[in-house]
Amino acid sequence: MSDWKKDVEVLIHQGKISVPYSWTVGSTLSRWYCELRDNGKIWANRCPSCGTVFVPPKAKCIHCYQEPHDWVELPGTGTVETYTIVRYEEPKLHPRKAPFVYGLIKMDGADTCLLHFIDEIEPEKVKVGMRVEAVLEEEREGNILDIRHFRPLG
Amino acid sequence: MEKVAIIGVAQSKYEQNKPETFAEMVYDVTRRALEDAGITKDEVDNVVSVSSDFWDGRTISSMAIQDSACAYGKDITTVEGDGTFGCLYGMMRILSGSFGVTIVVAHHKGTESNMNGITNCAFDPLVERKLGIDAVSSAALQARRYMTKYALKEEQFALVSVKNHGNAMRNPLALFPMEITVEDVMNSRRIADPLKLLDCSPVTDGAAALVLAAERQAKKLSTRKKRVWLLGVGHCSDAYRLGDRDLADTRALKAAAKRAYAMAGIVDPLKEIDVAEVYDAFSYMEPLWLEGLGFCEDGMGCEYLERGYFNFDGKLPVNPSGGRLSANPVQVAGLAELAECVLQIRGEAGERQVGEVNVALAHGINGMCGQSHCVWILGR
Repeated sequence: MSDWKKDVEVLIHQGKISVPYSWTVGSTLSRWYCELRDNGKIWANRCPSCGTVFVPPKAKCIHCYQEPHDWVELPGTGTVETYTIVRYEEPKLHPRKAPFVYGLIKMDGADTCLLHFIDEIEPEKVKVGMRVEAVLEEEREGNILDIRHFRPLG
Repeated sequence: MEKVAIIGVAQSKYEQNKPETFAEMVYDVTRRALEDAGITKDEVDNVVSVSSDFWDGRTISSMAIQDSACAYGKDITTVEGDGTFGCLYGMMRILSGSFGVTIVVAHHKGTESNMNGITNCAFDPLVERKLGIDAVSSAALQARRYMTKYALKEEQFALVSVKNHGNAMRNPLALFPMEITVEDVMNSRRIADPLKLLDCSPVTDGAAALVLAAERQAKKLSTRKKRVWLLGVGHCSDAYRLGDRDLADTRALKAAAKRAYAMAGIVDPLKEIDVAEVYDAFSYMEPLWLEGLGFCEDGMGCEYLERGYFNFDGKLPVNPSGGRLSANPVQVAGLAELAECVLQIRGEAGERQVGEVNVALAHGINGMCGQSHCVWILGR
């Protein structure tokens, strides 16, 4: 390294990247979100070949590469497969203030888990295997946050 | 099939808030890797850059470091993923017959941006991204699932952090060499339960470069001592969405390892492999991936760890460099692992040399919670 480099004041340029996007949701997920928004129902779809039921629904089965065209309505209840209590603040990312709980919820009637918040319970009291149900927003817009969170069942 | 060798390696010191630009880091390691190989830039006709537009904060990030990577007037191509996949791409281009001596170079300056914001963008914008999930919180979900499936304890994961930070004491390139105890890990700040601060790797800046050459060129250009052969490679990916996978299932890694072992003729990995550098971005990952790699049965990784199997002086030293827990330059991680394996095989790993090494394993992941794996077997 050249000697003069040791004495240079290295500057930092501050910046920010902000680029608007519009993502096509596609027919499969659009149908799912429309059902959620308009009728307050959580649906799933099933692979005609292996029978795997996916929620959120998929455009093709990850196992069989078939179109899971059978649609099934789910009761909106499930079991906590795993969870974490998030303790750090990321106000630009997190729709809520820490501490809050993310869970992967194995949905009744489906073979996959849904990622969402678990609330209406102290974070420390959340347990694997706990039964939960979806709580929907009153005003729904057709996205994942139409499910406000999951709460303990009963 | 024609064999490919690594004939030169270089790594930067891994630090936070490194004063060099991307291009300066790439220049430094590329130049030194060429020196290590004993060749000039004119002998290189294939350059693979490992970088990420999101992490770099600019699009087509490889073009900005093209001259630093000695690709001016040549061909440069990019892998956006782990360095292990960059090496794979470099080797494939050599084996296509269209390219010769190859530079694979990776750079990463994670401390210039927001890790949670960047890794949140790895999730599907149509489903999970809006929930704010990121690399740390998704890893925490995986850690808990792994604990639940095999009745493991947080203290067992803490042992990985103790071991790897301790190993880093012998590595002058590591960011956080530390003598710590299980208690220190357990008492460190809770980040996303069950993960504490010392269970998580520090986002780190750095760069690494490899020089690859096909057999005929390798034998012409380098001495026997400098040549380390790529004996086997395997890669495989699992489902994108976390909810479509059992996060404690290592099926993709098992498939990748099986292919790498078959190609290298490895039958009993624990016996035949002398050292392993495994992707330990979070403490729980090391035992989980060691199970997937077939070093022990599913659910037994922590027990083997407790019995000292994976210690510096154990049956299979794992992450003698200090691993990603001691310095995690995300995109560079896999190349750093490969470079470490090369040094171990050449007997040039300094204080972190684990003894005589004939066969080494490097493992990298891409995607959240190890969606995709790449396993390398290297040898003399």
